[in-house]
Amino acid sequence: MKHIISIRDLDRGEIDGLLDQARRIHSHQYNEHALKGKILGLLFFEPSTRTRMSFQSAIARLGGTSISVDSVEASSIAKGETLADTIRVVSGYVDTIVLRHPKEGAARLASEFASVPVINAGDGAGQHPSQTLLDLYTIRQSMPLEKIHVGLLGDLRYGRTAHSLAHALSLYGATLHTITPKGLELPGGIAEELREAGICVIGHEDVSEVISELDVLYVTRIQKERFPDSASYFAVASSYRVTPDLFRSVRDHLVVLHPLPRLDEIDPRVDQLPYARYFEQSWNGVPVRMAMLQKVMS
Amino acid sequence: MNGDDARKGLLISPIENGTVIDHIAAGEALNVLRIIGITGTTQESISVATNVKSGKRGKKDIVKIVNRELRKEEVDRIALIAPHASINIIRNYCVYDKKGVETPPFVVGIVRCPNPGCISNTSEPIPSKFQVQPKGLRCLYCDWLITKDITSHII
Repeated sequence: MKHIISIRDLDRGEIDGLLDQARRIHSHQYNEHALKGKILGLLFFEPSTRTRMSFQSAIARLGGTSISVDSVEASSIAKGETLADTIRVVSGYVDTIVLRHPKEGAARLASEFASVPVINAGDGAGQHPSQTLLDLYTIRQSMPLEKIHVGLLGDLRYGRTAHSLAHALSLYGATLHTITPKGLELPGGIAEELREAGICVIGHEDVSEVISELDVLYVTRIQKERFPDSASYFAVASSYRVTPDLFRSVRDHLVVLHPLPRLDEIDPRVDQLPYARYFEQSWNGVPVRMAMLQKVMS
Repeated sequence: MNGDDARKGLLISPIENGTVIDHIAAGEALNVLRIIGITGTTQESISVATNVKSGKRGKKDIVKIVNRELRKEEVDRIALIAPHASINIIRNYCVYDKKGVETPPFVVGIVRCPNPGCISNTSEPIPSKFQVQPKGLRCLYCDWLITKDITSHII
């Protein structure tokens, strides 16, 4: 039984295989009945639009169906049931579970109690492997993944998408440029681990210092829901903003990504620039998640 | 018995049956007791000697536990905080078995994850689980890496 809990669980060959399969799916080379009769269980204990809907779209396009729990209030968790018991029960109803949960490690716990495959759709400030795969897929649409320069702008302390992406890029020999508000730097342990994996991690004060060197600019939202209190959130909120002026001297093939939703980190005028790929990135969630479902459910 | 021997005898008098944990780094004896689950509420008779002179390391701690032979998994936990400790199983005042400690690949239910957002710090029916790595202990749930002061995280 194959779970997908963390991008760390996948080696480079498996990642490349999933991205190749996503590309074939994107080119309509797939069996529309591949997962006919299969049921996907969506357990979302945190809000989600893109991840949940793209998984629903993915299973439907492969001929399967989905059933879901959309909030803690609508589930037996509200009655005090443990996640472990919920997972045991739901395992009997579905063929694969997709879980989003506010606690880090929740998907790993679920994989211990589930009798069907579990896909992590985000666990607190932890891992979000399907987002990482679609990030890589979107970059690979524009350039090879090897040895690229990637700027990570925003909340790198709590931003799970940035952590997962950084780890995945380490498999491809990327150079990472981190640009963060004070207090939201990449956790020391992660930065050290990345350096030990052989990649260069360089910190910058301002994105304008480094934009001309970048192949990819990955912007993240400051996630209010991850802060211990509102005072610490407001201390850093709105401390950076990507505007069209930033792109005066950049590489032609620069790609700007954002896992969305955005608040005011990216000026809407940037949407019109050829570098902006965050909506394509979001759409790519469907073929990438179709590839993931095929991998664990076929 | 000269004066030195007399004082030594007071510190580390022999036990008839049980376990002697020797060569613990000075000051770590109480943490060794914690990591093998011996607290003020358990029933064992315990002798603890701290800052005893040691030829090898200058000073060391010694723990003696009467009428209890430590199991291998208990012994291996000690390696996390006292990697040079030696374990002597005593039967009828004689050393029945003597061995070093080996770092275990995993520690389960012994150390609490310092990450407040980790699922292992909730009411879920799971013990904490860490993989022992060269740099420290990595939480198998949230990936948090404990690199120092492991003893302060012992449950």
